[in-house]
Amino acid sequence: MAAVEILGLEKTYSVGFFRKQKKVGLKSLNLEVREREVFGFLGPNGAGKTTTLKLLMGLTSPTAGSARILGKNWRDPAARARIGFLPEQPYFYDYLTPKELLDYYGTLSGVTAADRRMRIPKLLERVGLADKADMQLRKFSKGMLQRIGIAQAVLHEPEIVFLDEPMSGLDPLARREVREFILDLHREGKTIFFSTHILADAEALCDRVAVLSRGELRGVGVVAELMTSAQKKVEIVWQGTAGIAAMNALGASCHPAGDLVRATVSHDRLDEALDILKRAQLPLVSVTPLGGSLEEYFLQKVQDPVEAHA
Amino acid sequence: MMRRMTAVAANTFREAVRDRVLYNLVFFVLLLVASAPLLGQISIGVQRVLLINLSLSAISIFGTIISIFLGISLVSKEIERRTLYPVLARPAGRGEFIVGKYVGLAGTLLVNTSAMTLGFYAALLLMMGGLGRADGNILIAVYFILLQFLVLIGLALLFSSFSSPLLSALFALSMFVAGWFTADLRGFAESNHGLQGWLAFASSYLIPNLASLNVITRVAHDQPIPAALVGYNTVYALSYAAATLSGAALIFSRRNLK
Amino acid sequence: MTRKSTIAASFVLIVCMIASWIVLPRAEAIFPTNSMEDVLFISSPEFVKRASLGYSGLLADIYWMRVVQYFGRKHQRDSLQYKALAPLLDIATTLDPHLTVAYEWGSTFLDQPPPGGAGDDAAAVALMQKGIKNNPDNWHLYMTLGFIQYLGQHDYEAAARTFAEGSETPHANPALKVMAAKMLTDAGSLETARFMWQSLYDQSTDKDLKRNAELHLACLVVDQEIPKLQALVDEFQKRFGRTPSSWNEFIRLGALRGVPLDPLGEPYVLQSDGRVVVADFKKLPFIHEGKPS
Repeated sequence: MAAVEILGLEKTYSVGFFRKQKKVGLKSLNLEVREREVFGFLGPNGAGKTTTLKLLMGLTSPTAGSARILGKNWRDPAARARIGFLPEQPYFYDYLTPKELLDYYGTLSGVTAADRRMRIPKLLERVGLADKADMQLRKFSKGMLQRIGIAQAVLHEPEIVFLDEPMSGLDPLARREVREFILDLHREGKTIFFSTHILADAEALCDRVAVLSRGELRGVGVVAELMTSAQKKVEIVWQGTAGIAAMNALGASCHPAGDLVRATVSHDRLDEALDILKRAQLPLVSVTPLGGSLEEYFLQKVQDPVEAHA
Repeated sequence: MMRRMTAVAANTFREAVRDRVLYNLVFFVLLLVASAPLLGQISIGVQRVLLINLSLSAISIFGTIISIFLGISLVSKEIERRTLYPVLARPAGRGEFIVGKYVGLAGTLLVNTSAMTLGFYAALLLMMGGLGRADGNILIAVYFILLQFLVLIGLALLFSSFSSPLLSALFALSMFVAGWFTADLRGFAESNHGLQGWLAFASSYLIPNLASLNVITRVAHDQPIPAALVGYNTVYALSYAAATLSGAALIFSRRNLK
Repeated sequence: MTRKSTIAASFVLIVCMIASWIVLPRAEAIFPTNSMEDVLFISSPEFVKRASLGYSGLLADIYWMRVVQYFGRKHQRDSLQYKALAPLLDIATTLDPHLTVAYEWGSTFLDQPPPGGAGDDAAAVALMQKGIKNNPDNWHLYMTLGFIQYLGQHDYEAAARTFAEGSETPHANPALKVMAAKMLTDAGSLETARFMWQSLYDQSTDKDLKRNAELHLACLVVDQEIPKLQALVDEFQKRFGRTPSSWNEFIRLGALRGVPLDPLGEPYVLQSDGRVVVADFKKLPFIHEGKPS
């Protein structure tokens, strides 16, 4: 069974003073998220990622289309009880403490008092906020808010967790922690759907990704496959400044650094490059294969088709 | 469902308290204290009348302001600050949410009013040296004031379920002022036919009738309040509040959040 | 902020505050705004009642307090005009028709001649009738109305009728019946006046009204004592052919035991023309006898 099925969801806004002009937030979207996978929802800012999430969470109603979550209508409260949501740049009631917030949300999600008593301290421990359990949220930093956000998303042990830009605005340490957390959730067998515009995170975490641009779905695929379809390169490092011209002729890009030169050359010309160096008797320092990046795939998909033809 | 609504109500109450709304009680006390020297200027017969008029009017005005402005910020502020997202993404229905907010705010006002009433009785005790049967009558006036709050909170929630904080405040305040003139509106409707008359008639019932909920002056002069009035007012206020609440729930459940 | 800019900012703050403090009165003097008492005087009491929404009772009390202060201030300055008194009382009693003290106090001081009051008995009667209309079972109001008719208008028949009506109301003071009778038999006498004012003093709870009644009673005492003292002086003149130089002469003769004092404790004055007068007429404004020439 698919965890999430998006069936032709569409959202058009009426803007302008008399609400006559139409603005498209999301064009008819069809997408499927499989159980237990980590699914990345990629796209530049304004692509419609948050709109999609808001539609799925029932915060906005679609102009057309529907969705199914765990086989049920997406609006069904029974389905809602089994999903968790972390909104983008979340705000929480700043007059509450983490313990009170989780208690409140837990009640709203139907977690019993006994379970709440048991889970909340453990959860706070897990996200590293155990010592701040009684501090009012208005004093929290962004990173701390994100952590409490994740905590409230998983408190009721949902099967699917939806995260909207979970890494935005975090310092590298915090990002690493969030990544670890997502991986933990994955290991626990949860389905994870998160939107981001940071491709490195998607590369590291996701099984599959979808690329959205200007409200339209541009591409879907398994990450591993996507990365091999782009061109592979190899990095060669040697000593001495000779040989640059010959390498350039191969189409390599060379960067001298002190008495070393770093050059990247495409994979199919590797043998020729090594020949040049051997003949020039330049000592080899290292040869490193580079994977194709998701970035290239992304950029390809996101570029406006009209522009590409121009 | 009950548990969820209770949770929302409790959280709303907590928000009001931590928002330091209850500090208005301090102003109330200061008001009573400040008016004490004035009381010395006038004769004893009027002192009691003045104290009752002053205290009950203050309770009414303070509470009205809290009802309207807090009621509006309850929904509007949440939408603006997006604290609503994680809440509504949960199984809690939008209707439950609105009702929970209502109960929370009504509870806050109940606590606030009770505290003020106690303060008032303390002042009355100090002034008169003792309390009599007639002083119990004053509680009816307080009860009516509470009913007035129930109506106003409902209106505040209704307006804030679809319009901006500023507009909601304006609408709610206008309804409050207009609420004292419903009898005039009805009189106007009777003497005018056609569209004007019909509009006046309709508004006279849509606008809450606040005049009949006010017995402050009667109570100050120890005049009796008929039990029938208590009954009618209770039914009226509760029905009106319920109507506005349902309206708010209906509108809010269709609202798209930005 | 650096130390220099802190000092500069504080300096600017203080200077500007002083400047505005100096300039403001001058600005206000150009188009003077009305004093509060004029502002309170709005021509339509009904309008004020409407505008007060549900809080007319409180507003009535506030108006009432302003009335008392207004009168007090003007009285202190020995004013002869109390123009705003009647309209302000009208507003207060429209806002709260059951504010009995306003009717009682208001009509009393509307009726009394200046400087003790506004001297407007028509307004006083009108106010009282409004009071009775709104509070038909309040016997205090009948008593006060009767009083005005008796004292101010000298309409003894109307007064008798009013007292009789008042005696019919529940829990009426029995003095009302007596007053009704006295009006019909003995209205002009000093005894009646004394009885009336004493009754008023006894039943009044308002301190101003009580003081007023006390003053009237004191003046009645003067009105009784002066003729007796005058008679003594006239007797002296007849016997000795001259006016007495002081009260001591009477004391030496044994006609008086001590210097005669008025109810306020001041000695009566023996004028050089032989008339006996009070020392301070201003303090005893209601006397008929013994007014200094």
